[in-house]
Amino acid sequence: MTPFNVIFFIALPYAALLMFFVGTIYRYKATKFKFSSLSSQFLETRKLYWGSVPFHWGILFLFFGHLIAFLFPSSILAWNQQPVRLIILEVSAFVGGVVTLLGLINLFYRRLTDARLRKVTSLIDILLEALLITEIFLGLWVAFGYRWGSSWFATVLSPYLKSIFTFSPNIDAVVMLPFIIQLHIILAFVIFLIIPFTRLVHVLVYPLSYLWRPYQKVIWNWDRKQIRSTQTKWTIHKPRNN
Amino acid sequence: MDVRSQIAMVFHLDKCIGCHTCSIACKNIWTDRKGAEYMWWNNVETKPGTGYPTKWEDQDIYKGGWKKNGKEKISLRGSGKYKGLLNIFHNPHLPVLDDYYEPWTYKYLDLIESPAGDDQPTARPVSLVTGKPLDIKSGPNWDDDLSGTPEYARRDPNLENLSKAEQEAMFQLEKMAMFYLPRICNHCLNPACVASCPSGAIYKRGEDGVVLINQKVCRAWRMCVTACPYKKSYYNWNTGKSEKCILCYPRLEAGHAPACMHSCVGRIRYLGVLLYDADKIEEAASVSDEELIDSQLDLILDPFDEEVIRNAKENGVADSTIKAAQTSPVYKFVKEWGLALPLHAEYRTLPMLFYVPPMLPVMASLSTTDDSGQAVKLDPIAKFWDKNHRYDTTSKTIMQTVEQARFPVKYMANLFGTGNEEKLIEVLKKQLAVRVHRRHVTVGDVDAGLTNDTLNEVKLTAEIADDIYRLTSLAKFDDRFNIPPAHREQAIEMLENAGDTKGSTGFGFKETPQRGL
Repeated sequence: MTPFNVIFFIALPYAALLMFFVGTIYRYKATKFKFSSLSSQFLETRKLYWGSVPFHWGILFLFFGHLIAFLFPSSILAWNQQPVRLIILEVSAFVGGVVTLLGLINLFYRRLTDARLRKVTSLIDILLEALLITEIFLGLWVAFGYRWGSSWFATVLSPYLKSIFTFSPNIDAVVMLPFIIQLHIILAFVIFLIIPFTRLVHVLVYPLSYLWRPYQKVIWNWDRKQIRSTQTKWTIHKPRNN
Repeated sequence: MDVRSQIAMVFHLDKCIGCHTCSIACKNIWTDRKGAEYMWWNNVETKPGTGYPTKWEDQDIYKGGWKKNGKEKISLRGSGKYKGLLNIFHNPHLPVLDDYYEPWTYKYLDLIESPAGDDQPTARPVSLVTGKPLDIKSGPNWDDDLSGTPEYARRDPNLENLSKAEQEAMFQLEKMAMFYLPRICNHCLNPACVASCPSGAIYKRGEDGVVLINQKVCRAWRMCVTACPYKKSYYNWNTGKSEKCILCYPRLEAGHAPACMHSCVGRIRYLGVLLYDADKIEEAASVSDEELIDSQLDLILDPFDEEVIRNAKENGVADSTIKAAQTSPVYKFVKEWGLALPLHAEYRTLPMLFYVPPMLPVMASLSTTDDSGQAVKLDPIAKFWDKNHRYDTTSKTIMQTVEQARFPVKYMANLFGTGNEEKLIEVLKKQLAVRVHRRHVTVGDVDAGLTNDTLNEVKLTAEIADDIYRLTSLAKFDDRFNIPPAHREQAIEMLENAGDTKGSTGFGFKETPQRGL
C-alpha cells in the first residue's frame, strides 16, 4: 500500500467517478447549449471519413469488449477455454485496436494540419486526442506483450473494478501488475475524469431514443384542447406542456 | 379532423426584381455572427441557375427530402432512423462549406494604414473562417443575373427533362430569359428536417406551424442539413449547432411581418394563416408524383366551413386565428384563385411557401403579319424577328402564347409543378386572363368579347379578376400580411404563475450561445 498505489488505484478512480457524474450532470443542466459533438465535418469531410469512421466503430468495439469482460468475466473465461476461440477473440480485439489507433491518428493529423480546423480546435481537444492515442497504444502494447489479456482481465481486473464500484477497494492484485498495464488503467481513469471538460460528453447523449420516437414532432405551448375551454379550471400548477 | 393553423406564405415571382433586400434584412438581423456568416436563411437565386448551395435541387447529390417506396410508404432519402444513426460518424451526403462558399471580408484598414509606397494599397479579401487571405472562387450569388457564363445556368438540375434543343433554345442570346427565386424555409407540414433529427431538437410549433431548432438539444449530428431538400437548415461550424430560418417568430408574435417580408421592395410577399387537417398529412405526402400538388392543396381547409370552424375551436385554435384564416391573402392565392404553387412538391415535405409562377418574359408573341409598318418599329438590335413578324400583345392568339413562351413551360413545371405542365399552363393562363381583362378595362384595346372568352376559359369572372389584380398590384401592408395575434400572454400564464415571477427579470434563464468544450 504505497502512496503511489493508493493515489492511483483508489483515490483516482473515485475522483474520476465523482467528477464524471457531478461534472456531466452539472454541465447538462447548466450549460446545455455547450453540449454538442462539435462535428467538424462541415469544414472538412474527406479526411474525416478515414479518421472518424474507423475510430468510432473501433472504439465502440473496444469499449463493449472491456465492458463485457468487466460485467461477465466468467463468460469470457468460458469462451477462452478453447485455444482457437481465445485466439479469435484476441486477434479480433487487437485488430480492433489497430483500426481505432489508425483512425485516431488520421483524426489527429487532420486536426493539426487543416487551417480551417485549427479555428475550431481547443487545447482540450488536442490533449484529449493525445491521451486517447497514448491509451490505445498502451492497450495494444499490453495485448501484444502480456498475453492473454482477455483471460487475466477477467480474473485480475474485473474483481478490482468490481471492488471499486462496491466501495470496498481491493488493490492487492492490481499493484502486482506490470507498469505498462498500470499505466493503461491509470490513463483510463484520467480520461473518465476529464470527460465533463471535453467534447466526449456527446457519447452520453447518443440519440438512441430516435429509434422509437415518431418521425414528426409538434410542440404546443399549452394543452391545446384545454386552453380555450370554459370548463378548464385555473390552477396554480404548471400544466404539462410536452 | 385535426384542424391546425399554419402561417403560410405566397411569393409573387412576377414582382420580384432580384434586389436581395430581403436577404440583407435577414442577414443583418439573424446571421451576422461567427459561424453563421455563410448562411443565408433568405436567399434569392437566378433561375435558370445552380443556386445556393450549388445544385441544391440535385437530390442525387444531397439526398434530401422524402422518397416514395412501393405503393404506400414514404421514407427519408438520405437519413432516417437507420441510415441516420449508421452515418452519424460521417454523413456522406452532407454539403460542406465549399458547396456554399467560404465567407470573406476585406482588410479595409490596409487602405488607410499601409505605409507610404509606390503602389496603391488594396483591400485584400480574407477568409472569415481562417482569417487568411483567400482567392474568391464563388459567393452566395455567383451566378446572379446569369452572370459570367451560361455554364452555371446550363447546370440547373431543372433542365433535366428538357431536350437538348429546348435547352439550347433557352440559351440563345436573343431568347435568353431569367427570373428570380427568393427562398426561405418552407415551414413544411411534413418536414424532413424534423423527421431526420436524431436528438429530436427540431420541432414544429403547434400554434403557427413555425419549424424551429432547439439550440439546447441540437448535438450537431448534422442530419437535418442533409434531410432538408431545400437546404435551408445550416450547420454553424462555430457553435456546433444547426440553425435555420425562424420565420422571425419574435416579430410574428409581436404582430410584425418577418424582416424579409417587411423589407420586400417589390412587395412580392404575402403572409397569412391557413387551416389544415393534420390527420391527413402522411396520406397526402404519400400519393403519386402527379397527384402531389392536388393532395397538398386538399389538406388546406375552407375556413368558412362550419364543421372546420367547429373542429378548429375544439382543437384550441383561437377565434382570432380563424378570423385571420378567413381573410388570409395566402388562402386566396392558393385555394380560392389557384394561382400559387409549391416549389418542388416532389420532395414530399408539403412546403407551406407558395409561388405565383412568373410570366417571363413579359407575355407577348410574335405573330405573322403583313403589317410591315409595325416591323419598322422594332429595335434594330432585335434582328431575330424578320419583317413579317410582329411583337404582339393583343392578338386573338394571346392564350396560346403561354405554351409558346420564350421560357419553356416544361422548365417551370419542373420547379413548381412536379413536372406536370398542365398545372403550370392553367396558372399562367389565369394570370394572363387577368392581364387581358385589366387591359380591356384600362387601355381598352382588347374587345369585350375576347376578354370574356379569356376569363371564361379559366373560369374567372371579372370581379375575381379585379380582386386578383387588386391584391397583386395595389395591396397595402395589412392586405399582404395578415398576422393573427399569437396569444403568447396566455402561453406564459400557463407556463408560469405570473404572480410568482412578479418583480423578477424574466422567465427561466439565458445561456450565452458559446461554443462548447
